[in-house]
Order: sequence, then C-alpha cells, then structure tokens
Amino acid sequence: MPMLQLEDINVYYGAIHALKGITLSVEEGQIVSLIGANGAGKTTTLRTISGLLRSKTGGITFFDKPLQKKSAEYIVCSGISHCPEGRRIFANMTVSENLEMGAFTRKDKKEVAATLKTVYEHFPRLKERMFQMAGTLSGGEQQMLAMGRALMSKPKLLLLDEPSMGLAPLLVKEIFTIIKEIHEIGTTVLLVEQNARMALSISDYAYVLETGKISLQGEARALSESEDVKKAYLGG
Amino acid sequence: MYGRSIRYGVLHIPIEIEGIRRGAIMLGDTLFLQFIQQLINGISLGSIYALIALGYTMVYGIMKLINFAHGDVYMVGAYVGFFAATAVRLPFFPSILLAMVVTGVLGMAVERLAYKPLRHSPKIAILTTAIGVSLFLEYTTMLVLTPQPRTFPPLLPETIYTVGGLIVSFQQLVILVVSIILMILLTYVVNHTKMGKAMRAVSYDPDAAQLMGINVDKTISFTFFVGSSLAGAAGVLVGIYYNSIEPLMGIMPGMKAFIAAVLGGIGIIPGAMAGGLILGIVEALISGFISSTFRDAAAFAILIIILLIKPTGLLGKNEHEKV
Repeated sequence: MPMLQLEDINVYYGAIHALKGITLSVEEGQIVSLIGANGAGKTTTLRTISGLLRSKTGGITFFDKPLQKKSAEYIVCSGISHCPEGRRIFANMTVSENLEMGAFTRKDKKEVAATLKTVYEHFPRLKERMFQMAGTLSGGEQQMLAMGRALMSKPKLLLLDEPSMGLAPLLVKEIFTIIKEIHEIGTTVLLVEQNARMALSISDYAYVLETGKISLQGEARALSESEDVKKAYLGG
Repeated sequence: MYGRSIRYGVLHIPIEIEGIRRGAIMLGDTLFLQFIQQLINGISLGSIYALIALGYTMVYGIMKLINFAHGDVYMVGAYVGFFAATAVRLPFFPSILLAMVVTGVLGMAVERLAYKPLRHSPKIAILTTAIGVSLFLEYTTMLVLTPQPRTFPPLLPETIYTVGGLIVSFQQLVILVVSIILMILLTYVVNHTKMGKAMRAVSYDPDAAQLMGINVDKTISFTFFVGSSLAGAAGVLVGIYYNSIEPLMGIMPGMKAFIAAVLGGIGIIPGAMAGGLILGIVEALISGFISSTFRDAAAFAILIIILLIKPTGLLGKNEHEKV
C-alpha cells in the first residue's frame, strides 16, 4: 500500500491541459524523484498534491485518506510539507520567524521547539543567522531556510521542488547530502529535479514526465542506465 | 472636518507703535506660537488620517486592492458611535468599542460578500466593486437615516487648556492618546501574534503562506476586521471632535487617508502612520499660514508630487526582493 497515490490527475490552466492523466505512487520510506524538462508538469504535480491546484478528475490519497478538494491547511496538517520552487521564503521576516511560520499548524510549543532544534542541527548556518532578515541570505542559505521551514511541520512526506536550482555545484552536493540526512531520519521524499543525474543517484524510484504525461518509470538505478533517459536527461 | 482649525488659523499680528524692534520680536514670537499651535492641530488631525490610512494599507498589502469603501466604513463607525451615545446612552469607551466591533464585522461582511467572489477576477472588476460598495454604504445610510447632518453628543468634556499661549483641547488629547494606543496595539498584533505573522506572510506571498498551512481566507477576513475597526474608531473620534456627522462625511477623509497611505508607501504599516501624521500637519500649516481653502489642494498636490518623485512612497522599497 503506497503512502501517497495519485490516480488519473488532470489539471488545466485555463485552456491549457497541463497534467494529462498522471498516475503515480510514493512508497513510505523512499526517495522518489520526478524528472523531466521545463514545462513537463513537475511543479504542477507537486502543487496539485499540496492543494494549491485542483485536478478535474481522479483522486489523491495519502495513507488511504482522500486529499482532493481538501484545503492546503488540511493537507499540511495531515503530514505533507511542500518546499516550493524558487524557495519562496518570507524575505521580510527573520530566519527564525520563517521557521516559526513553517510550524504554523502545530499547537504544542515544546514539540515545535524540539523540531526547531533538529532543524538547526541539519542547518547549523541557519542558527548562526537566526535574527537576520531572510532576504539578506545567500541563495544556498535561502534554500536551506526553505527546506528547514518545510521540515518545521514535521512532515511524513516532504515535497521538494528543484532544491538545486541556481546553486553552485558544491552547494548542490551539500543540499543533496542534507536531503539524504532528512530521509534517514524517517521522512519520505518526493523530489522534483532538473538535475536528473543527482536526483537519480539518491532516489529509490523515479518517474519521467513529458508534456504532462508520465513517459517512463522504474527503479532509479535502472532508469539511470536506460538509453532513453541517458540521451534525454543525462547528457548522453 | 471644517471650521475649527480655521478658528485657530487667524494670524494675530500685533500692531506695536512703540518701536519696530519690539514689534518684530513680538511678531517672531507669535509666528512661532502660531506654528506650534498648527502643529498640535495637525497632529490630532493627522492621527485620525493615520487610523483610516492603516486600513487602506493593510487591505492593499494583503490583497492588492484599494478598498474605496473604506471611508464609508469610517462614516458607519461615526453613526454607530452616535447611536451608542444617544439611543443607548453609553459613555465614551463603550461607544468607541462598540463602533469598532460593528465596523469590523461590516468590513468582514463586505469582503466576504463583495470581494471574495472576485478574488480571481481581473483587478479592475474588484476595484469597480469597491466603488459600488462605497456608493451602496453612502446611499443606504442616506435612505435609512436621512441625509440630515446629526449633532454628535458631547461624549467628552469640552475643556480647553491654555499653556503658554497654546490652546489644546481635552478632545485633541484624547484623539491623540486613543490613536497612539490603537497603533501600538496594531503593531504588537502584526509583529508578535500568530494572526499578525500570518498577515505578513500572506501579504508577502499568499501561495507560500498556504503551503505553511495558513488559511488565507481567514487571514484576509481578520485583516478586514482590524482595518475596518480602526476606521470605526476614527469615525467616533471625528464625530466627537467636529460634533457633526452625515452620510457623505467619509468621502473626503477617505481620500485623504488614501493619500496618506500612498505617501507613506502603500502596504507598509508604519508608512500609513507617518503618512497620516505628515498629511495632517501639512494641512494644518497650510490652513494656518496660507488659507484653509488650499488645504484639500495641498493634500492632492502631495499625492501628485509623491507619485512623480517616489511612487513607492516615503518608506517604500522599489520591489520586494524575490531571489
């Protein structure tokens, strides 16, 4: 029984048919990645899961509970956290306020404080800058803040959208190491990446998205050896 | 809004026969006194502008809408205060509290019924609706309560203090104190409460706020409640100060407060406070030293100048940094 199941998801932007019958599943405890070119519908898929967009058909279930037509608030509360593309941190708030916003739906202050401690352990640089305005952080630090913020709701499933975007190679490595750490402490990850090589290297399973449809899927290792994927996404 | 500040606005130039020198000193003193006097008048007028401007700026911040009905919410606040004081015979504080609650709920209702259904429509649709709501409130009030101006009951003693040639009324002091308390409260709410932080998050990035599990609808409702209740308080304060209210009384102060919000930088809360005070002081100085006929012109001239020189307002930044 998969943790998250998407069944025949169709999403439209006005007249544009962005997702054409997506069916995919995420098993608990895995890292699953969603790769594909710009505009293939990766971000749209994540935004549909977290309730920002609606599917016209089909359904989404999380631990067997239906998520479609539920509010974004409900979805966060049920254990899904979405770290969006482009970080989308609150630049007009301090680092610690941003993290506090991540725990918005949680009531127990002691438990939130405990989560905050683990987030600062994953991202020691955020602790150093906790009183700094988030807008003044470097790109890599902002990415860390966005991920830390997403972890503050203590998600069972973390949706990560393009965590490596616009970062220097060394930082990309660091971010991926942290993703592995987050996974090791028991968070299931659904990762959207343009950097297919990096994504496949840490994933258990992967889906390839092409113009709103899933064109290929399989074990990440098998996919990274497939000729089609190599040609299209791994640069030969 | 008219009359009283003109009374203080007459320039008394003493005619001294005994000597030019002494006369000149006297003239300097009077001018200085006059300046301080207008400053006092301007600050109490300006704190009212600031209270109304805060509602404009908060609503703009959270949904990028100029809520043209806001001045009329202020008018409704004045009427609620009026009926609380006359029909129910409530004293000052309960009256102003009641006005704040009623206008707060009115603001929420306007948002729910008129603006929420249009949230995903083009901006112009919702802006036009705001003008419609404004006319609706004005003319419904006229229909129900007649266009006749009403005399606001003296909820506060009309004591006047004279300190070293300066005239300060008890009412001016109350206006100032109440406005300052409300602004401090608002600043606290926005910066330190969960709802306030949600407001800042939604106004910065509604999508990201939703991903935090923030309920955007509730947050917008709350913003309308707070903004409208501040306008309601301003309505009662103005009713007491000018002791006359009528259904169209919200138009001019509404526009002025809008100018104040733009002057300070629309969407920025301290900007609305500063903008309101500056506008009030400028208006008082203009009516005191030039002529009160130019007062409104000065306000609109400020709007034009700020739009030409710094369209983002005094405290405005050029753009949100979204890296």
